[in-house]
Amino acid sequence: MTIDSPGTNTESMAMSADTAGVAGVTRSRTTTILGAVVLAGAALWLFLAFGATDPDVRIVDGNEIGQFDAVRLMYVHVPAAITAYLAFFVTSVGSAMVLFKKSVWWDLVAGSSAEIGAVSAALALITGSIWGKPIWNTWWEWGDVRLLTTLVLFMMSLGYLAVRRLEGTAEERAKRSAIVGLLLIFNVILVNRSVEWWADSTIHQQSTIADAKIEDLKAFTLYYSILLGAAAYAWMLIHRFRLAWLERQYDRFGIDDAIVRRRAEGHTHSEGISS
Amino acid sequence: MTHVPYLIAGWGISLVVIALYAASVMRRSKRLAALVPVDRRRWMTGGDADVIGES
Repeated sequence: MTIDSPGTNTESMAMSADTAGVAGVTRSRTTTILGAVVLAGAALWLFLAFGATDPDVRIVDGNEIGQFDAVRLMYVHVPAAITAYLAFFVTSVGSAMVLFKKSVWWDLVAGSSAEIGAVSAALALITGSIWGKPIWNTWWEWGDVRLLTTLVLFMMSLGYLAVRRLEGTAEERAKRSAIVGLLLIFNVILVNRSVEWWADSTIHQQSTIADAKIEDLKAFTLYYSILLGAAAYAWMLIHRFRLAWLERQYDRFGIDDAIVRRRAEGHTHSEGISS
Repeated sequence: MTHVPYLIAGWGISLVVIALYAASVMRRSKRLAALVPVDRRRWMTGGDADVIGES
């Protein structure tokens, strides 16, 4: 067999097409621009959080009180929590669309968003705990309604992701997970309103944003952090959606294609030996 | 600056978790993309039905 035989060229082209461009398979012009914006925005975020804003210090009766530099944890904790709300809201919308329209696109969006939401909720819990230690003198309070409802929301999101992986037909799996996904939005409302509805059962402060408890640069930095969180969420969602699409395609066609490819490899290998 | 260990822990864990999650998505995509034919890798070109249960 010679190098320029037509058969060899065709086979080698087919094989290289399979692995070509896999490194940036979820990347596009949109995600590249959005990713660059998020990265540049993150640099400004760090500057605002650590360089531009002052610590929380108030003078009362000649004594300095406040959160001091621990307040800088707000710029990472609040965006994490709000990104989780946003992600689970999208999951619930997607779940509704799955139930009413049986939409594949929305099913993948819902699943992708839930995974990002779970990561964000975990970060909200972790950063909240770290912030709570110096301010409340405790890492965790089991009787606190905000902490507990947030933990339940996180566990529910893991449950949703587990339900998506259960055995069954595509329709069964989509329907089951959509029902769980719809429940997430009710839990988001519960988490968000818990500090108002059960104010006596929480050490968590009420809404910083709604009650306008901070002003000027601190407020700007907080709003900016939330906006950056939303942009990072959008960037991640596009990538995660494209991965979900690949997972779906592999489930449907991957095994057949793998068999064909393996046969082609065996054929090429045997020809190589015989030549 | 006060509360430095808490700031390092809170910010550090957040940035590391976000970076690791993003890297994990990219890695999983790269691995799966090699197993899926080129024309089926993207939603826009996948040529799939938009209704669950239909092929």
